[in-house]
Amino acid sequence: MAAAGAAATDLEVVRGKRAALFFAAVAIVLGLPLWWKTTETYRASLPYSQISGLNALQLRLMVPVTVVFTRESVPLDDQEKLPFTVVHEREIPLKYKMKIKCRFQKAYRRALDYEEEALSSGSAQEAEAMLDEPQEQAEGSLTVYVISEHSSLLPQDMMSYIGPKRTAVVRGIMHREAFNIIGRRIIQVAQAMSLTEDVLAAALADHLPEDKWSAEKRRPLKSSLGYEITFSLLNPDPKSHDVHWDIEGAVRRYVQPFLNALSAAGNFSVDSQILYYAMLGVNPRFDSASSSYYLDMHNLPHVINPVESRLGSSAASLYPVLNFLLYVPELAHSPLYIQDKDGAPVATNAFHSPRWGGIMVYNVDSKAYNASALPVRVEVDMVRVMEVFLAQLRLLFGIAQPQVPPKCLLSGPKSEGLTTWELDRLLWARSVENLATATTTLTSLAQLLGKISNIVIKDNVASEVYRAVAAIQKSAEELASGHLASAFVASQEAVTSSECAFFDPSLLHLLYFPDDQKFAIYIPLFLPMAVPILLSLVKIFLETRKSWKKPEKTD
Amino acid sequence: MAVSHCFSRAASAFTAVLLFSFGCVAASHIEDQAEQFFRSGHTNNWAVLVCTSRFWFNYRHVANTLSVYRSVKRLGIPDSHIVLMLADDMACNPRNPKPATVFSHKNMELNVYGDDVEVDYRSYEVTVENFLRVLTGRIPPSTPRSKRLLSDDRSNILIYMTGHGGNGFLKFQDSEEITNIELADAFEQMWQKRRYNELLFIIDTCQGASMYERFYSPNIMALASSQVGEDSLSHQPDPAIGVHLMDRYTFYVLEFLEEINPASQTNMNDLFQVCPKSLCVSTPGHRTDLFQRDPKNVLITDFFGSVRKVEITTETINLQQDSEIMESSYKEDQMDEELMEPLKYAEQLPVAQIIHQHFEDSFPLCSALHSF
Repeated sequence: MAAAGAAATDLEVVRGKRAALFFAAVAIVLGLPLWWKTTETYRASLPYSQISGLNALQLRLMVPVTVVFTRESVPLDDQEKLPFTVVHEREIPLKYKMKIKCRFQKAYRRALDYEEEALSSGSAQEAEAMLDEPQEQAEGSLTVYVISEHSSLLPQDMMSYIGPKRTAVVRGIMHREAFNIIGRRIIQVAQAMSLTEDVLAAALADHLPEDKWSAEKRRPLKSSLGYEITFSLLNPDPKSHDVHWDIEGAVRRYVQPFLNALSAAGNFSVDSQILYYAMLGVNPRFDSASSSYYLDMHNLPHVINPVESRLGSSAASLYPVLNFLLYVPELAHSPLYIQDKDGAPVATNAFHSPRWGGIMVYNVDSKAYNASALPVRVEVDMVRVMEVFLAQLRLLFGIAQPQVPPKCLLSGPKSEGLTTWELDRLLWARSVENLATATTTLTSLAQLLGKISNIVIKDNVASEVYRAVAAIQKSAEELASGHLASAFVASQEAVTSSECAFFDPSLLHLLYFPDDQKFAIYIPLFLPMAVPILLSLVKIFLETRKSWKKPEKTD
Repeated sequence: MAVSHCFSRAASAFTAVLLFSFGCVAASHIEDQAEQFFRSGHTNNWAVLVCTSRFWFNYRHVANTLSVYRSVKRLGIPDSHIVLMLADDMACNPRNPKPATVFSHKNMELNVYGDDVEVDYRSYEVTVENFLRVLTGRIPPSTPRSKRLLSDDRSNILIYMTGHGGNGFLKFQDSEEITNIELADAFEQMWQKRRYNELLFIIDTCQGASMYERFYSPNIMALASSQVGEDSLSHQPDPAIGVHLMDRYTFYVLEFLEEINPASQTNMNDLFQVCPKSLCVSTPGHRTDLFQRDPKNVLITDFFGSVRKVEITTETINLQQDSEIMESSYKEDQMDEELMEPLKYAEQLPVAQIIHQHFEDSFPLCSALHSF
């Protein structure tokens, strides 16, 4: 009976042990992983390796150049060798993690008959008019015509000419090494029209570590999908001046063609307003020598702030806003001139501020006061005003003077104010800038996710990241094959997608829980369950050890 | 022996001269560099001013924030670049004996709630989540422009926070907290996306120094009104209004700022000296190890004011006057306008008739009286 009872309790004990072991097994094998999986932050998979590969991306910017040789430009035996292609590749020495190589692919060929005829005309402008092709050349490509050494197309002392469309003219030479010498001249001209180190340095100014202080590099606007341009007329003294400006006509005549030429770089919208009783924040000083008022260069920075709150630029749109202000000074402070550092009045009577816009002071002609009583009607000369505003717009966009080679005749921009190769330079710079920004954004996102462990990545964010990576790679390919327009579009898409991913509202990191709070939450849940299991495991282990030792004791 | 002695003297003299000349060259080079470094690299200024407490007895926190707002506007930062978050409305509070005013000096000397206060986040919108969203830029697309911090990599940002705090946290609206680690992470996210050039963080709460202990991103300078373990005290109770009007630290900071104008050259070291222990009872602290420039080269107006870089325009482009062609097209436009029909209002719903009809049907007696 006792043996049966003992056997029963033995069975109970064994069952108890098995039950405890089973509980422990379920808790550890099933429970722990389940708890771990359900409490981790959801992160859709991201292409981390591709993102880190982007930093080592090699950008190859290809400029396709077509070189056309006329009959007298090079020696005959050199002419026999035409047509062929020469490639000139150079690495741009910038301290940036992406290596950038600039590749000029020159396709040499002989001139066709109509081209020969055009290039033997009297002046470069006539030649260009005759050479004007029906379809526009692709963005980023150039055509260089080589004329004979003694041709009268260019003035005698000029070696080359850069035209307003994507064409240039270079003098040939009758020399054994003709192709080499001419090749170097062509490279100089082509670089001035497309890519030089300073263009790329300005584009990457925000990403390069050193030399942040140069004004040249801080001036251009950052690349954006669109821009808002606002023209404002400030009339602080309506009692004396009844100012009228034909802004609609001026925008239609002068600004719209310029913006149409720039349309590849983004969407533009233009608006205008007139503000009355808007004063400058600074009192101008009187200069008795010229009996006029002047604003010192030191006072200029304080002019903008009091006026800016009235401009209403924040209500306009989410795009960056460029403000152009035309200020007609009040009668008490007329005429008003702006003085530069040396105390001389500035010819344009205007100044601008990087990434903000420009201000021009328009003085009313003193003859207008003689005849009539106040208020005097003032018709603003829009041509003079738009000349200054468009020049400021060019500067604000970073369309700077190119580095022309020596003895080169540079034709001015056409009536629109922008040459097509200046647009190309802008697109090159913007493409590189966009790629740099997109890469930095993606890399920052990857780094952030590593550093802050409780940010959730949803699926739509992951798809934006994949799209951005694909767009960067596509843009790099298009740049390497010389298709500037599609490369620029792809780079804009890359920036948009990467910014969308980085600034997605769902990426807000879950509020931080300090360790003691985490313990405070988990202990009441897990401790009551864990303690009996652990104690029973300990007991089982001790008994098992005792039962191993037992056989040694007996006998 | 004498020869070697002479030789050594000559050698030392020679090295002294060499070092002196080298030092002169280096000094001028350093001066040029100092001139460069003196100038900050920013092109615009932003300010985020946060008051985190509600309830009438926390009047002083709203007054603190509004006083800083007023100074910052006076020194030039426009409303479009200021994000003002006030957790409660003191000016229109039912317990305010002087409605539509918030005073910062006793005897009602200075009303900081003037005519042009633009509050971007008000009352229950001031939450930890919204504050972090403003800082990191992860805002839902429907948010209006005035509620966004649209800074870029060339912005200097001033962040001022006030309220009730403790060791490592700041209380929002009496219901939630922001910890110093979350704040440090938010600044790191701003840095990763280059949303600031330099950041000045000022906090006026109890144990304020604990909030900047955990920062690890570069280019941040922080000031706090008290150290860990100390309380920040309030300044002036006003018997007419019945509450304390300002906190001590902010009061003395504002006295200091009143002497700054947009052109002044005062630097940050002076700001660090504001409110010594004798006046403030607590010990203000500051942290500059993450900041790249020397504080004595940092102007107050780099953060509190908005001084823009300006360049003279020296070039113009030549435009041709196509006056003839354009005038004729303008005339065409005018003629088109005249040919169009004159504008008139669309047909309105004849409400008056409907009412009159209904009136007549329901009250025939009244209409009879009317006709009388």
